[in-house]
Amino acid sequence: MSSYRITGETGEWEIVVGMEVHAQVVSQSKLFSGAATEYGGEPNTQVSLVDAGFPGMLPVLNKECVAQAIRTGLGLRAQVNKYSRFDRKNYFYADLPTGYQISQFEHPIIGEGKVEIELSEGEKRIIGVTRLHLEQDAGKSIHDQDPTRSFIDLNRAGVALMEIVSEPDIRSPEEAGAYLRKLRQILRYLGTCDGNMEEGSMRADVNVSVRPVGEEGYRTRCEIKNLNSVRYVMQAIEVEAERQITIWEEGGTVDQETRLFDHVKGETRTMRSKDDAHDYRYFPDPDLLPLELEQSWIDELKAALPELPEDKRARLEKDYGVSQYESGVLTAEQSVADFYEEVARGADARLATNWMLGDFFAALNRTGRSIEDSPVSAQGLRELLGLISDSTINGKIAKEVLEDMVETGDSASAIVDRKGLRQVTDSSAIEATVQGILDANADKVAEYKSGKDKLFGFFVGQTMKAMKGKANPAMVNDVLKKLLSA
Amino acid sequence: MVFDYTLASARDALRKREISAVELVNTHLEAIERLDGRLNSFITRTPDQAREAAKAADDLLAKGEGGALCGIPLGIKDLFATEGVRTTAASHILENFVPPYESTVTANLKRDGAISLGKLNLDEFAMGSTNLTSAFGGVENPWKRQGSDARLVPGGSSGGSAAAVAAGLVLGATGTDTGGSIRQPASFCGIAGVKPTYGRCSRFGTIAFASSLDQAGPMAKNLRDCAIMLESMAGFDAKDSTSVDKAVPNYEAALDRGVKGMRVGIPKEYRTDNLPEEIAALWDQGIAWLKDAGAEIVDVSLPHTKYGLPTYYIAALAEASSNLARYDGVRYGKRVTGPSLDALYEATRAAGFGDEVKRRILLGTHVLSSGYYDAYYLRAQKVRTLLQRDFLQAYEKVDMLLTPTAPSGAFAWDEKPTDPVQVYLNDVFTVPASLAGVPAVSVPAGLDSTGVPLGLQLIGRFFDEETLFAAGHVLEKSASFSHRPTLHAGVSA
Amino acid sequence: MSLDAKKVARIARLARIGLSDDEVQTYQKDMEGIIGWVEQLNEVDITDVPPMVGTGLATARLRDDIVTDGERRDDVLSNAPEREGLFFTVPKVVE
Repeated sequence: MSSYRITGETGEWEIVVGMEVHAQVVSQSKLFSGAATEYGGEPNTQVSLVDAGFPGMLPVLNKECVAQAIRTGLGLRAQVNKYSRFDRKNYFYADLPTGYQISQFEHPIIGEGKVEIELSEGEKRIIGVTRLHLEQDAGKSIHDQDPTRSFIDLNRAGVALMEIVSEPDIRSPEEAGAYLRKLRQILRYLGTCDGNMEEGSMRADVNVSVRPVGEEGYRTRCEIKNLNSVRYVMQAIEVEAERQITIWEEGGTVDQETRLFDHVKGETRTMRSKDDAHDYRYFPDPDLLPLELEQSWIDELKAALPELPEDKRARLEKDYGVSQYESGVLTAEQSVADFYEEVARGADARLATNWMLGDFFAALNRTGRSIEDSPVSAQGLRELLGLISDSTINGKIAKEVLEDMVETGDSASAIVDRKGLRQVTDSSAIEATVQGILDANADKVAEYKSGKDKLFGFFVGQTMKAMKGKANPAMVNDVLKKLLSA
Repeated sequence: MVFDYTLASARDALRKREISAVELVNTHLEAIERLDGRLNSFITRTPDQAREAAKAADDLLAKGEGGALCGIPLGIKDLFATEGVRTTAASHILENFVPPYESTVTANLKRDGAISLGKLNLDEFAMGSTNLTSAFGGVENPWKRQGSDARLVPGGSSGGSAAAVAAGLVLGATGTDTGGSIRQPASFCGIAGVKPTYGRCSRFGTIAFASSLDQAGPMAKNLRDCAIMLESMAGFDAKDSTSVDKAVPNYEAALDRGVKGMRVGIPKEYRTDNLPEEIAALWDQGIAWLKDAGAEIVDVSLPHTKYGLPTYYIAALAEASSNLARYDGVRYGKRVTGPSLDALYEATRAAGFGDEVKRRILLGTHVLSSGYYDAYYLRAQKVRTLLQRDFLQAYEKVDMLLTPTAPSGAFAWDEKPTDPVQVYLNDVFTVPASLAGVPAVSVPAGLDSTGVPLGLQLIGRFFDEETLFAAGHVLEKSASFSHRPTLHAGVSA
Repeated sequence: MSLDAKKVARIARLARIGLSDDEVQTYQKDMEGIIGWVEQLNEVDITDVPPMVGTGLATARLRDDIVTDGERRDDVLSNAPEREGLFFTVPKVVE
């Protein structure tokens, strides 16, 4: 196992990381109110009086949010707790309207689970999930609009979040990145979180501590809050670990505290607003009754779960003969996997795989499109591959056709017809051209015959050039072999 | 005359068109003008809206239409949010708060045609048993001791509701009861009050004190009036997760069931060493009345009774400390600004809350705080389980319990003890039923030696308010309580 | 359990209630009395007794996931003690 080590003044250090990922639940309305969850919108519009904490307003639990948490739990192969409960986490903040966040402290809806991550060398590791619970999001404080005031928008207040807590099993920035990506992939497959990190649908708090290699037990950790990209998570862990190692090596001690990552300066710093000791005074929310789940409902949700990335990979490898690397790329996003299967079903699977991962992805990159708004449909790509398989065009021409498809949106066959790209499979025509090339290059033929085998490629090239690339490559090979050995 | 009407008789008179809603409402508004400068039972009066509603009620009544409470003038405890009408919880922190929404309970009353004359005074955030903690001043109990003009407290927290009903300013009022806030003032003011089963009336739109205990209920001259009101106020509400989906029975029909063959429990722990003799005597009288009416009297034990009050204070104050965190000067209510957000919070809450509310928030914060949660809050919730079990075990043997409502009659404003614990003891008999979630009623049963009223309490099974109406009505008939307070709309000053 | 002035000041800070030193003294005295009184609960045997959560009369009810609320900006902002455009405002918060 390749281990991540930081070399300090005094020796080798390893890092210990646990993560708390906050994932916004996909739902129409908020966790405890009927206001919309949609992103954007004018300030304080998607807010009910419940979300704004008006006197006498009461929470009522959203069934779909509960279902989403259960689906996620099942997707993480975790235990679904039939009894769970909502507690109040009490603290004052400008964008927390009631003065408490409704969360699940003592009895979370989901217990222990696990996430398998894959590292660059193909090495796999299991990261334990401690728990998953439902809670409300807070509103948004905007600090940069006014020199003396912060502005408060409650549109997000009350949106359902799943907090997914990992065990301190992560040992490198790479593992942290892989864990977050894997979690995001699973949630997106399940449709329980859109995983849109820029919009804040997924945020991570990272607990980092360090210890000399070989030391048992954990040293004091720091929590770095609110990281909203995989890159920041990895960077923050790295710089925080280095900061802590320096402190220890200089004979100091690390204080347990909450820190923020400044990605511009590439450093972490103490979070000022959290400096006074917090005491959240959790207690069961008396406005909500304990949540008791029926096994039949859990079973129903389980039966309707979509295929998860691991299962899909295994199936693609089996059904389409793709390699482990290829299956990883093809299943990174469910939409890619679906697209792939649409192409590969009824086409030559190998050809489909090569084209998807090669020219098709290149075309997407070039045009800056995603699979969802691909300029070429799965059916269109499949038709193109069909034209290769049935020898209507060869691979080289197909590349040209694909470019045309991207540009014009025309179908492959229409382009082939329009441009007259149909492959020449007439053996007499190929033979005549080949003979002409050989005649014109008698010297090279002689060299070839005296053992310079490499010249075979030259003859192929010349023939293809003469035939504008439309000759069937296999037939050209055959004819050349025949005439050269004559 | 108008001030002889009960809610039920006014309802019948309105239907028979013996009186118009406009006249009924105007007469009451005039009485409020006349008396409430002194009583201070209203925080906000809404005469214009009331007159308008009365006209509309008359239109309906003329057509033989209108709901069960069509044209009936009521007062609303100022803890229920009323759309477009200032709702203060008797606190400075909400002194200018106008809710853009209506509580479910008041919406139900409106739906049935009731007319609100305004918002009634209470202890600040319903925290108190005297109504002296109101930021809008104390309420004077319309009752006087014989030969004394000393101002007496109406009890609390629904002191404005009790005083307004007792003085004849309204035909009924809404109350809320967390640990006795309907029953104790009803007893102090010589009226009837009902604390329904927890979950019977929706809490939506009612400003919370302690969510697991708060329950709205009616306060009126007698139980028939309470029954009519409760039938309107109660019912399932999807907007309150603790509301119970159970059909609302015809409570009025239960009044005349009698108690023949019923078993009434007398909990021995309520007969405390320091129980005033006249209260013990009244209790014995009540026992005799029920026995005469055919009930079987059974001695029962509720062994954890003495732990009710401390349990209540821990549970209620913990919840209150959290429920009142929302009053922070940011989105509504009073704001006292400061150089930082925390300074704003501290200044706003220092200026906005009164002394008792602050004391309770601090205590509630303490019992939930790290290192104390298990010793106080968690322990109290366990004792609460035992208290509830006491009742459930008693109900295996009896159908209801009979106790005094309060350990004393109304006392004078200046006799309020300075030790908070002594004030809390007012709720000693009412708190256990609140903790268990079971229903209870208080009915006026007599006067003490100084001439102020005393009430008896009946405590029932979950959702069996009907039995309490039946038995309570027996007590009412036996007591034939017809005394009137000194300050009353029907008595010319 | 004793409740000294320092602790009361800390509780007041947690509850965001500004108290003068004199007020801290007064509340400390009251609170100590009340806390002393509630400690009679220590006599009760609570072995194996579950804490009460809810009154046991109902279980959690779940709402359908439908948008039924929101789009009531004016209601939300109508009581705001201070605002800027569509935002509530507070003294600047430094994170």
